[in-house]
Amino acid sequence: MTHIYLDYAATTPLHPQVIHAMTDVMEHLHGNPSSIHHDGRLVKYRLSQARDAVAAGIGAQGNEIIFTSGGTEADNLAIKGLARAYQDKGRHIITSRVEHKAIAASCEWLEQMGFKVTRLETDQYGIVAPETLQKALRPDTILVSLIWVNNELGSINRIRELGEIVHEHGAIFHADAVQALGKIPIDVANLPVDAISLSAHKIYGPKGVGALWLRKGVALNALISGGAQESNHRGGTENLTGIVGFAAAVELMRQDFNQHTREMATLITKLESKLVELPGIQVNTHPEWRAPGILNFSIANIDGESLFINLDRAGVAISNGSACSSGAQQPSEILAAIGLSKDLARATLRVSIGRGTTSDEMESFVGILKNEIHKLQNTDRNRRVSA
Amino acid sequence: MLNQIEINNRPDNPKPKIVVAMSGGVDSSMAAKLLVDAGFDVVGITMKLWGYKDSGGNLVEESNCCSLDDIHNAAIVCTQLGIPHYTLDYSEKFKEIVIQNFVAEYKRGRTPNPCVMCNTEMKWRALLEKVDDLEVDYIATGHYARKVQDPATGTWRVARAKDLKKDQSYVLWGINPDGLARTIFPLGDLTKTEIRDLAEKATLRTAHTPESQDICFIPDNDYRRFLKEKHAVELVDVAPGDIVDMTGKKLGEHDGIPFYTVGQRKGLGIATGEPMFVTQIDVASNTIRVGHRSETLSDTFLVEDLNWFDPVAEDVPVRVFTQIRYNHPGEWATLTPESNGLARVVYDVPQAAITPGQSAVFYQDDRVLGGGHIKEVVFEKKLVGA
Repeated sequence: MTHIYLDYAATTPLHPQVIHAMTDVMEHLHGNPSSIHHDGRLVKYRLSQARDAVAAGIGAQGNEIIFTSGGTEADNLAIKGLARAYQDKGRHIITSRVEHKAIAASCEWLEQMGFKVTRLETDQYGIVAPETLQKALRPDTILVSLIWVNNELGSINRIRELGEIVHEHGAIFHADAVQALGKIPIDVANLPVDAISLSAHKIYGPKGVGALWLRKGVALNALISGGAQESNHRGGTENLTGIVGFAAAVELMRQDFNQHTREMATLITKLESKLVELPGIQVNTHPEWRAPGILNFSIANIDGESLFINLDRAGVAISNGSACSSGAQQPSEILAAIGLSKDLARATLRVSIGRGTTSDEMESFVGILKNEIHKLQNTDRNRRVSA
Repeated sequence: MLNQIEINNRPDNPKPKIVVAMSGGVDSSMAAKLLVDAGFDVVGITMKLWGYKDSGGNLVEESNCCSLDDIHNAAIVCTQLGIPHYTLDYSEKFKEIVIQNFVAEYKRGRTPNPCVMCNTEMKWRALLEKVDDLEVDYIATGHYARKVQDPATGTWRVARAKDLKKDQSYVLWGINPDGLARTIFPLGDLTKTEIRDLAEKATLRTAHTPESQDICFIPDNDYRRFLKEKHAVELVDVAPGDIVDMTGKKLGEHDGIPFYTVGQRKGLGIATGEPMFVTQIDVASNTIRVGHRSETLSDTFLVEDLNWFDPVAEDVPVRVFTQIRYNHPGEWATLTPESNGLARVVYDVPQAAITPGQSAVFYQDDRVLGGGHIKEVVFEKKLVGA
């Protein structure tokens, strides 16, 4: 029976190389890296190897990596930790209207603590214009946080240009790179950024582990108090198995980065050329500034909820905007921010592909989608809606 | 890697397709289970009708519907049964239709039954429309009710459940006949005890969920608090007025029409020595009339918003066993459809506290002929009410 997984941006399956690395650690290493005896030292060594491997994937140094429980914790740590570390210089923060919930909610939390937050408008693809950022900067701006590759749209913010503006102003620049990792080259050593958030399970690593890269010399207040782990930035015995899995996933990413991303881009380009032939399709991913493997599009005059259910029933696993905690589909704030109407936002799909996606699958997906759209656009009710 | 059953249920499969409206309680969970066992291609759908922040009050005792826990329970039961589950957000529509009507009815001095409105407008209209999109043949709910077909005409009627203590046919009179034809009530021939036993045997996590509340969106059952806290804007023009006896003599003051219901005894704030009941609520004069128990009796009333499962003829009287409240035992009456679209009902024996806004449901044996909302009650040949 048909089963097509087109939700790699939600999560990816563990790669066999990753599983191997993790089981190896589970079988052979049991010590606590904080212990100073032999067993502890072995684990500490393995941990430092993993830290270096993750750092190498983004052009950083191992001692700049703070392992966390995932991208959400990394985002929380960055926003809350940086804002509190620099609050003596000012209490104004800039972010955008198309951020991941982890950033958006952390900024709201800071507002409750008395910080001021400016949320930048974007273009129709979710991209922040450098001029918009420039205008929003204030003397008391201490922190700017912008998403690198948008998790819903797949559009890429011009991090270099934006970072230069932030640094010119003397503020700290954080980028949420959870979706960027594995899709676009990241070389923090040569970019005007101070911190980026990462997650393992978007790149065939395990769920429940991520990292915040923090440039050496940048101050950060910890969120989780405890021991001196992670250079005093995050207490708690390290999740060794997860961290080793993360490192293995980064190594996998580096093995075939260019070839893999090229393949993903080709598949998406081909898909897009077929989709735009369907009636009422509007692509929300930027035509050029886009990460390989993600395509977001809306379909006019259709009940998106019904379309999603029918696609699932037809064996297509795909994401339609963000589901709320109850599982009900609520129009995403990101889609509202780029100007989509409520109805259009509900009828918006995000295709995200990855290792294992074939061009045959893309063909069948287009066939299924075409069929479902046709059926729904021809029900009495939808004819009424569109009339 | 999906489980086998779900894969077998894909659209090219000839099994009849059915959507089960699942609240996350034991009844609708078992409805889904019974249908799966019977060989249906089942899709579980939870309609999210409202959010707890919209109900206010003390939420320690959560009601049976629409909380995150309930939605998760429904989803987990579906996965256990090997069927897909979706949560659809109908909260805006529910607010627009059911809650707004609930508030408006109290403002008109009437006592609404939101369950009736929810069944008619949400489940058998909004959900049924969605079911068309999903190319599904049938809809099922966890109601204790049955449906019976007339062999001669082929028409379907809602009928009482086998478990008369749990029978919910009263709140189903408003289903449109086409919708009823596409409805299955899997629990109709089972008792609540049997359902709980079956659910336990099937190790459904919802086997021990509590009984549902009277009004799902008011978990603390205090509708007056709900109106005052959550709908103060709509009630801004509500003013105190007089409480009078049947002769018109002033006995006290009321806080505003919406906070009283016909038949109410407690909380009137009047001391007359013997129990007094609200008999009539008159919006025009902002007056609440009270009387002794015998003065709440009436035998005649008019019904509006009628829905018939079988045709009735104008001016032709029909004998019907008529129920005027969810817990009313019912009594025989003569029903006469009138040319103005209303129906006149005359009870054989006068009934206490016939309440405008409540549903009158007409039974013939255990089958529902139709129903409607009580519009006006006739007291001593004088019409009062809205």
